Amino acid sequence: MNTTSQTTIPIADLRRSQPRFQGIESGHRACLGCGEALAARLVTEAAGPDVMIANATGCLEIFTTPWPESSWRLPWMHSLFENTGAIAAGMEAALKAQGKSTKVLAFGGDGGTFDIGFQALSGMLERGHNVLYVCYDNEAYMNTGIQRSSSTPHAAMTTTSPVGRDRMGKRHLKKDILSIIASHHIPFAASASVAYPSDIRKKVRRAMEIEGPTFLLIHSPCPLGWGHDGALSIEVARLAVQSGLFPLIELERGELIGTMPLRQPRPVTDYLRLQQRFSHLFKDDSRAREELEHLQALAERNIEYYGLNSNRDDPCDSEGADTVRRGGQRWG
Amino acid sequence: MRQALEGSQAIARAVALCRPQVIAAYPITPQTHIVENIAKLVADGKLVCEYVSVESEFSAASVVLGAAVAGSRTYTASASQGILLMSEVLFNIAGSRVPIVMTCANRAVGAPLSIWNDQQDSMAVRDAGWIQLYCADNQEAVDTTIQAYRIAERTELPVMVCVDGFTLTHTLEPIDVPSQQQVDAFLPPYHFARTLDPMKPISMGTLVSPDFYPEARHSHHQALLNAAAEIVAADADWCALTGRSQGSLVQVEGDADASVAILTLGSVIGTLADAREMHPELGTVKLIRLRAFRPFPSEALLQACAGVTDLVVLERALSPGGGGIVGAEVKAALFDMPNPPRVHNFAVGLGGRDIPLDIYPRLLQAVRSQSPRPFAVFDVELDKLPAEDR
Repeated sequence: MNTTSQTTIPIADLRRSQPRFQGIESGHRACLGCGEALAARLVTEAAGPDVMIANATGCLEIFTTPWPESSWRLPWMHSLFENTGAIAAGMEAALKAQGKSTKVLAFGGDGGTFDIGFQALSGMLERGHNVLYVCYDNEAYMNTGIQRSSSTPHAAMTTTSPVGRDRMGKRHLKKDILSIIASHHIPFAASASVAYPSDIRKKVRRAMEIEGPTFLLIHSPCPLGWGHDGALSIEVARLAVQSGLFPLIELERGELIGTMPLRQPRPVTDYLRLQQRFSHLFKDDSRAREELEHLQALAERNIEYYGLNSNRDDPCDSEGADTVRRGGQRWG
Repeated sequence: MRQALEGSQAIARAVALCRPQVIAAYPITPQTHIVENIAKLVADGKLVCEYVSVESEFSAASVVLGAAVAGSRTYTASASQGILLMSEVLFNIAGSRVPIVMTCANRAVGAPLSIWNDQQDSMAVRDAGWIQLYCADNQEAVDTTIQAYRIAERTELPVMVCVDGFTLTHTLEPIDVPSQQQVDAFLPPYHFARTLDPMKPISMGTLVSPDFYPEARHSHHQALLNAAAEIVAADADWCALTGRSQGSLVQVEGDADASVAILTLGSVIGTLADAREMHPELGTVKLIRLRAFRPFPSEALLQACAGVTDLVVLERALSPGGGGIVGAEVKAALFDMPNPPRVHNFAVGLGGRDIPLDIYPRLLQAVRSQSPRPFAVFDVELDKLPAEDR
């Protein structure tokens, strides 16, 4: 008698026996189309199970761990908003003292990385701890309800950089965090985008192989905070790269060693138009036109500075990466 | 064997005997000599550990938290502004119920800037949920540091060992440094049940809704109350091993029938004991020292106050606009007595103001007043102040 045909396997067991390792389980409470949830899943998948995570306060912490539930299949700790670099450093020091090879990952949003946690991050990098720090950059304090951070792009509207008679959104520039990180001369630092999962995997795997501090900045759309449909997250993220506003670059010891070329740079308006946070820039207003010119100039400056223009069809460029071609060639 | 050691040097040796695996250090006067001495022990190969020179006290507390949950015994030390800078992490460590031992080299808090000793720093974080033990001398600082690790690891609570800055940290005393064998016999290897481990992944520090938050707070409070028994047991077992007891929760000295008592925390007790010896004509006076301030030793305090009609509470900090901190807590505990003593509450030695021997007769003079004065800074010199501030 064939007993197996009568056996029902509980879904939980199936999930446990799935061939692909998943660090964050489904069922968490992120919004539809959350770029950060996707990015964290891609990072933990690529990093594998032998890791330990220090997680800053923020959406990722909140939506994955409403006590007594947790989405994490990895050892994970949230302590505070501004000490993630130091918590990770302590974990790494302990594992080193115990002779263990488990890799420490530190996760923070742009608030926890660019702003309040910056000092602890800088200290961790300077001391050379073997930690991969991943910043999920959604360009504002989203967990508290969309307030500007030093990562918020120029002219973007948030609840603390609102648009009004005297203001056209954020008055300041997005902080160039990668240049600051690069100045620590760490072995590897890179930017990535949820629109290019293979590129994220490649960069995580590279960082995992390095004994020392590494940093990954992942552009992660927030449909609620940016004001776009959740279904458009990938498209919005892709346009940020394709317009030159969010260049994907790799740095070794502070030196630029790689970029994702732009086959055909898109105008920044293609990217901005999809998002409510820039809607004031499309009104008939001379200041709006000026800000649009300003943002286009910032994108062009990135393209020139990092040499993003590509005059040939590079399969790993902004059009070719993460696309499956006839013949099944897959890149990254 | 007794050796003449500076307090900081003795504390560094005691820490090394406990075999910490991760030490986070950020210098601040008067704690600096402790982390310097530990750095030298590491440099000389006498202590093998990860010595992390962090960029702030905030990160010092965070590094030891990360290390402790990753399975290592840890140590850090600070004082004054450093304690306040790390205060958010101190609450987080305690609320996460992680066993960590730190030294607080007690110092005043600015402004105005003062590098000298009082106890405003540790008093400011008394609600952080740490066990707080206050040491009278450097032998006690050594023994209490070692005991603190056992208490912390048995209770899953952090312990702050408070030593008066300069008065203890920078003073040479003959110290009996225990042997490694003694400490190893007393202190088992670090074990933390919730150690983060990729083979058994758990999530720590999660978001807790109102459905569970009061329960978490209750169990934290209960754990601190229960820790009293561990503090007593640690001192008793240490005494059995070394012959030295450091006073358990409350140390009481002097005539048990004395009707006057002076209560204090930390090293000032030495000055009072000397003064009492010099002034037998002032009658019998009991000296009560709270060694444990958290958990607050209410029961032991009530026993110590049996038969006392006048209790002088001397403290090294204050809550401006409120009054004495220790005084308020002592009064609250005495409220349960059928005939509580009159309490005379004074702050002394703020910001390192000298506490001379003649403070003893002056305090006893105050006790003879008709009714207790309200809380006051005892040694304030009002003529230095403008009239409106007197």
